[in-house]
Amino acid sequence: MSAHIVPKKTYITVWATLMILTVVTAVVSRIDLGDLSAIVALAIASCKALLVVLFFMGVKYINQRMTIVVIVAGIFWLAILMVLSMADYGTRLWS
Amino acid sequence: MSHSPTVAPHNPALQHHFADMEQQQEASMMGMWVFLITEIMFFGGMFLAYMVYRYMYYAAFVAGSRAMDFWYGTINTIVLICSSLTMALAVRASQVGQRKALVVLLIVTMLFGCAFMGIKAIEYTGHWRDHQFPGANFHFDGPDPQHTEIFFSLYWAMTGFHALHMLIGIVVVGFIAFYAWRGRYGPDYHNPVENVGLYWHFVDIVWIYLYPLLYLISHKHTG
Amino acid sequence: MTPAGDLVQADTYNKLFTMHGQVMVFFFLIPAVPAVLGNFLIPIMIGAKDLAFPRINLLSWYLYIICGCFMIYTILTGGADTGWTFYTPLSTSFLNTHVVTAAVAIFIAGFSSILTGLNFIVTVHRMRAPGMTWSRLPLFVWANYATSIIQVLGTPVLAITLALVALERLFHFGIFDPQKGGDPLLFQHLFWFYSHPAVYIMILPGMGVVSEIVACFSRKRVFGYSFMTLALIAIAVFGFLVWAHHMFVAGISLYAGLAFSLLSYIVAVPSAIKVFNWTATMYKGSISYSTPMLYAFGFIGLFTMGGLTGLFVAALGLDVHVTDTYFVIAHFHYIMVGGMVMAYIGGLHFWWPKISGRMYPEGWGRLAALIIFIGFNLTFFPQFVLGYLGMPRRYWQYSPEYQVLNVLSTAGSTILAVGYVLPMIYFLWSMRYGKVADENPWGAAGLEWMTASPPPTFNFDETPEVTWEAYNYGEQKEVPVEP
Repeated sequence: MSAHIVPKKTYITVWATLMILTVVTAVVSRIDLGDLSAIVALAIASCKALLVVLFFMGVKYINQRMTIVVIVAGIFWLAILMVLSMADYGTRLWS
Repeated sequence: MSHSPTVAPHNPALQHHFADMEQQQEASMMGMWVFLITEIMFFGGMFLAYMVYRYMYYAAFVAGSRAMDFWYGTINTIVLICSSLTMALAVRASQVGQRKALVVLLIVTMLFGCAFMGIKAIEYTGHWRDHQFPGANFHFDGPDPQHTEIFFSLYWAMTGFHALHMLIGIVVVGFIAFYAWRGRYGPDYHNPVENVGLYWHFVDIVWIYLYPLLYLISHKHTG
Repeated sequence: MTPAGDLVQADTYNKLFTMHGQVMVFFFLIPAVPAVLGNFLIPIMIGAKDLAFPRINLLSWYLYIICGCFMIYTILTGGADTGWTFYTPLSTSFLNTHVVTAAVAIFIAGFSSILTGLNFIVTVHRMRAPGMTWSRLPLFVWANYATSIIQVLGTPVLAITLALVALERLFHFGIFDPQKGGDPLLFQHLFWFYSHPAVYIMILPGMGVVSEIVACFSRKRVFGYSFMTLALIAIAVFGFLVWAHHMFVAGISLYAGLAFSLLSYIVAVPSAIKVFNWTATMYKGSISYSTPMLYAFGFIGLFTMGGLTGLFVAALGLDVHVTDTYFVIAHFHYIMVGGMVMAYIGGLHFWWPKISGRMYPEGWGRLAALIIFIGFNLTFFPQFVLGYLGMPRRYWQYSPEYQVLNVLSTAGSTILAVGYVLPMIYFLWSMRYGKVADENPWGAAGLEWMTASPPPTFNFDETPEVTWEAYNYGEQKEVPVEP
């Protein structure tokens, strides 16, 4: 496989960004955002996860579309589980 | 042997049902990613349970989260992110053929993993002592203790399965480090290192989500 | 046989139907075609030497043996009596039978299933011979590929669900216990998220088998190949969107029920497309009534009946009346036994010469197929009526007015049993005394019929190069090989 060799500097930059985002999420959790706090926390976590996936796991540099399809499918299926289940819980009190 | 008539010289790591190393490496990497999405769905079931009960019993979850040790959780997050860095650098070392760096980085990754497990052991002991393990001995002073027991059930289940995966990861990285020390990996063949790296990063990602959901639910200044 | 339950007591009855369900679903139907036929045929059909990960394949087999031992242990020490569905809080808080060992056995079986699915996906993507494009793949390969997608995405959720049940039993967690604030419906959501797609894991390989058999014994290419492949993928994907139709009366919201009911109707469409296309394949074909073809006929008819009755239970209003009655039991047995088991046995007959190098006795084969068909209908058709009349499932006793139909059903099952035993006997017989089979006793299309029976170690003497479309019946074909 023609692997693209990622420069060490890139990895270290990503690491530093992850550290900063960790600090951010810890600090933000001490601010009262009401209902928004869960969304913000998940958004920051997702940014961190995306950095790990793209750079540490090398997804940014692979040239196989099928791998991307596999990853997206996994996330999409998790979404199916959560969305359709919450469709039940969220609507139980409607009637 | 059912090869093509002339057996060309090939990489000793080539498995003979593959036509060439490229096919083997592509298959190997695809297999690892397919395995990782099974892990997404495995942990996903617990994340659903968490979502449902946090939606139903928010106050109980806030109380439970406040009882977690913020610093242990945060340090563990930092430890895992550092371990991901060393793991990524290890994979890079295998790609460019730096055997010594590869072995050192893999061992450092293991050490970070052990540090994580050590801190979790301290946390778990503390929770156990404070009657925060669900069951007959559970006791919690808070606004909704009965439902906080559910929070702790999910805490123990989710971090427990995560820790189990970490443990397996540490052992497997250990094996890879041993084979690396024996010179098995280089620019021509380093799939196992990459695949173990993928697994390790995945376990890190799970923790990246567990951390805010379990430790940071509500640490308002007023709390 | 008798309404008063003279044969077994309540506890025993509960254990019997639980073990029957668990063994049949997890240890028979889910592994059957992929393990027995898929492992063998998929590499040959795509022109590969082996699966992508032969050692993972072996691990999958060893795990199956281990979990089989766990299950046998569970049965011998008294079994579980939760129903195959493990509903909480009955399974977590109220029973002292072997729930955890049964759960462990199924957990391991799940791993075996996941590894097989993973192997098939990578194999079909990466190991196809030169010229074997996706659109030239036999439908059997497509069917197992679609099955593998379901296995890989759904089974892990079952794994975590059973693990949580075990944790709850062992450590009294309370995640599903209403007394501690847990929601039993959460268990059901998690359980059925896998277990509904599981029924598609069970049926899709059978559909693949039927496509191969129907094409061969109609001497025609399968009608509407692209729609057949799209239908397989559609079933795999849409099958994940319908699970709460098992929970219509359990307490989910009415709006969720409406959504799942609609989705359940939609998922029936691709299955119907397949039935139409099999029929169209046979139209103006040159039909031969071989044993595999008889099983395929049985599949098409009985699967259609089972599938249509699925639409009955997918309707909210009707489901209120027939849920948890024998109507549901008849519905899924028509699909699982009338459909899938017949497809499996048909597939065994079709590929028996390839696997063993021998022919089975055709006369006995047809006789057994007929006996199975008759026995099956006698067993399960009365159950539709019983369910409609109100006989509940999972009760050890029943009202006396149901007795006649119950006895009829039992009588049918003895005929069915004879039909099942016959192939076991003559397959064994054929391994020593059957006529030696050549490469292609059926004159079928497909790479597996272009190599010896049984095939050499790496499936082919030379890697084939494919230049023809699938199901090229009626065309002359050479087998070009790589230089």
